[in-house]
Amino acid sequence: MAVKIALPKGRLLRKTAAMLQKAGWGLDEYTSNMGFYRPKSRKFPGPLIRVFHEKDIPIQIAMGNYDLGICCLDWIEELLVKYPSSNLIKVRDLLYGRGALYAAAASPQVDMRQNGAPVRIASEYPNLAEAFALRKRMSRFSIFPVWGAAEAYPPENAEMALLSVKHGEGLADYGMVPVGRMLDFSAFLIANRNSWETKNLDKIVASICDSLPEAGEKTAAGEEINEAGTPARNRPVEIESDTVRLALPDGHQQQATVNLLNRAGIGLDDYPSATGNRRPGINIDGVTVKVIRPQDMPLQIANGNFDLAITGRDWLTEHLDQFPSSPVRELLDLKSSRVRIVAVVSRELPVDDSAGLRRLVTGREEPFRVASEYVNIADRYARDNHLGRYRVIPTWGATEAFLPEDADMLIENTETGRTIARHNLKIIDTLFISTGCLVGSREDVSGVKKKKIEAIVARLRQAVEDK
Amino acid sequence: MKIQRCKGMRDFSPAEMKGFRLVEGLCRDVCSGWGYREVRTPTIEYLHLFTSAGTLTPGRLGKVYSFLDWDGWSGERVVLRPDGTIPVARMYTESMQGMARLFYAANLFMFESGGEETRERWQCGAELIGAGSAMADAELITLSLEVLKKLGLKGVELRLSHAGLIKALLVKLGLTPEEQGRMFDRILDGDAMALAEISRESPEVSDTLRPFLGLKGQTPDFLRNQRALLTRSMPEICQPLDDFLQTVALLDELGVKYQISVASGAGFEYYTGIIFQYFIGRDKVGGGGRYDALIPSMGGGDVPASGFALYLDRLMDMISPEVFIKTAPVRILVRVKSGGAVKEAFTLAGRLREAGYVAGLDLDGKKGDFRWIVEVRSAAPVFSIVDIKTKKKTETSTVKELLKRLEGEGGG
Repeated sequence: MAVKIALPKGRLLRKTAAMLQKAGWGLDEYTSNMGFYRPKSRKFPGPLIRVFHEKDIPIQIAMGNYDLGICCLDWIEELLVKYPSSNLIKVRDLLYGRGALYAAAASPQVDMRQNGAPVRIASEYPNLAEAFALRKRMSRFSIFPVWGAAEAYPPENAEMALLSVKHGEGLADYGMVPVGRMLDFSAFLIANRNSWETKNLDKIVASICDSLPEAGEKTAAGEEINEAGTPARNRPVEIESDTVRLALPDGHQQQATVNLLNRAGIGLDDYPSATGNRRPGINIDGVTVKVIRPQDMPLQIANGNFDLAITGRDWLTEHLDQFPSSPVRELLDLKSSRVRIVAVVSRELPVDDSAGLRRLVTGREEPFRVASEYVNIADRYARDNHLGRYRVIPTWGATEAFLPEDADMLIENTETGRTIARHNLKIIDTLFISTGCLVGSREDVSGVKKKKIEAIVARLRQAVEDK
Repeated sequence: MKIQRCKGMRDFSPAEMKGFRLVEGLCRDVCSGWGYREVRTPTIEYLHLFTSAGTLTPGRLGKVYSFLDWDGWSGERVVLRPDGTIPVARMYTESMQGMARLFYAANLFMFESGGEETRERWQCGAELIGAGSAMADAELITLSLEVLKKLGLKGVELRLSHAGLIKALLVKLGLTPEEQGRMFDRILDGDAMALAEISRESPEVSDTLRPFLGLKGQTPDFLRNQRALLTRSMPEICQPLDDFLQTVALLDELGVKYQISVASGAGFEYYTGIIFQYFIGRDKVGGGGRYDALIPSMGGGDVPASGFALYLDRLMDMISPEVFIKTAPVRILVRVKSGGAVKEAFTLAGRLREAGYVAGLDLDGKKGDFRWIVEVRSAAPVFSIVDIKTKKKTETSTVKELLKRLEGEGGG
């Protein structure tokens, strides 16, 4: 069987491409951060090479879908700290892509005990954040797993964030100070354990090792160093109890959001922001705004960190499928950013609907692999359809390329279905229609604040109807 | 698709369950006899119960099954019970006061990556809450030894150490508070070499302590000798040493055999006083200790406590067959010999059970692991009794006579 190699896009792409160039791989198209693709190597024409989000690579290697991969140690440790017996081995430190994971706070004196209230830690690395909390012997802690923008949470919405920066001073750019240094990382060559034990990988590995400089200083893993804090920018802001806290999305939903707010007569200062400002001003008294990932909003509403948020019904459903009794609810359909959430399989698969799917999995030896950004929606879909022995593979976007080799089905969003068709895939089921929506909490709020919230909802409703 | 049980999990067969229930029942009987009352705590608890300093070591915390509950949107995790004592202490703090003698039989969950150990373990434990004396320590040790004795186990070895003493020694070894904590956890996680290793690094202390750490005492005099040697140079260790000595002296008076081995103090981070462990050969089959700071740390007031646990799933594999025979009821297979006697067969089986036998109805014509067969007919002679061992057969028509003959045969 052909050797399969997973290469990273994103922050490691440029340096990995340069390293492989030096190793003489002669890759034809390993340059773009867009989409998923399969570069060909002139030197190693046999292996199947595919470009992934870096986060996906340790999982793909551990599952045995790929034999070799390159990604940074932070994502490797995020997997291994929770699943220490994963079939993943760290082959070689590649000595580039250095950075560090810091636990950071908005001020140097962060109270780890909190008078019995949980210490809240926002992070893209929930497993490492938990390990950090346990190592610090925090007695009560809450981990907010976030898709991004962890630095935006402290001090109001979390005591700490665990985030990766190129160097300690990088935290100052976010207006934060380090509380502890969790991990120094760099890029690693990793391998699936079984592949390493049984497959012939020596020429590929040798080409990479030969291209590396002599080993530099050793990377210390897990060493905790408390560093002197620089003055923080984001001082804890006193928020009055009747202030309405609004969360707005970053990313591609920004323009639609601005248009809607404009129609409602709501003006924003510095949103979308060219400088990455996550705290834009707003022209309504008693309202504060923060910009976070739409994926993370329902959880933040559930925890009372925000009162209103503009997100998508897909992420609201994902949240409610994980936490059925959550107080988050949809207040208003914004009728924007319309997508279908669909179940997708390869066109080669003799299945046309969910009933066919059930027939297919009956008597199947291998676990049925479902890849999705929406792990809880996918899990529920698999349960509801009795897919027998199945696995949900979490992905970070552009899931189409997982089929047919690396997954059997996707739960995906699609606007037109064209991308799906282009990848030789077909839709066998539509789970629901997702549009932008305003979400809030079922929990009761006080009189003044309630009126303010109702007024904002009313203005937005009018704006939706006027469209 | 091959159906199989989850990795790291164990099934208990009927034969194994027999051993399990025997050990569990004996624990229950002995604990009840000493005035302990049974409790049961839930399988799922909040993780934060186990994370505070002085509860579980980071090494153990790294192996717990923690997850978000269906309403865990706050990000606070719950955990499959990784320990038996902390939930009972939690229950006491929540709903009891004064002195409490409590026991439980429960399963614990702890991840093991190797193939050897299972990830779900069973233990029977007792907690003596509200008593802080040497007598209380001796009660728990005597009680647990009684269980082991009644199980007919040979070669049980009792090893004693003392958490307060280990802590005091770590201070003397010139470690920073953080290093002390780490070293304490290493010792508790079963690293018997840890103390010796670190004491080598400070030679002047090491000379004084070497006999203490290296030797194994069998009498209170061992501790008295150490005390005489160390009073002057290390006055701080006198208090925990005296505490240890009191319990050891009492055990000696009660005729309990033990071995003092300060360096092998495997146990839990919540231990503050005596630590005791039971070994049979190289297998640890149970242990316990004093945990005076646990309930105060939960806000339950200044309540001293100690407890022990015996490992059900290890003990059940060690007991010899003779112990079973003494306790197991005789098994009788009731077979319908000719048509129409079904009702009579049910009735007879009921009578046999009332008389203390195990009575099973024959559904497949096989004798299985039964000792006797009673054939039932609708006409006289209604009953034939067949001894499966000797193939001897006798007949009778009344239940009374049948029971008499079974009894006359000694049942088994």
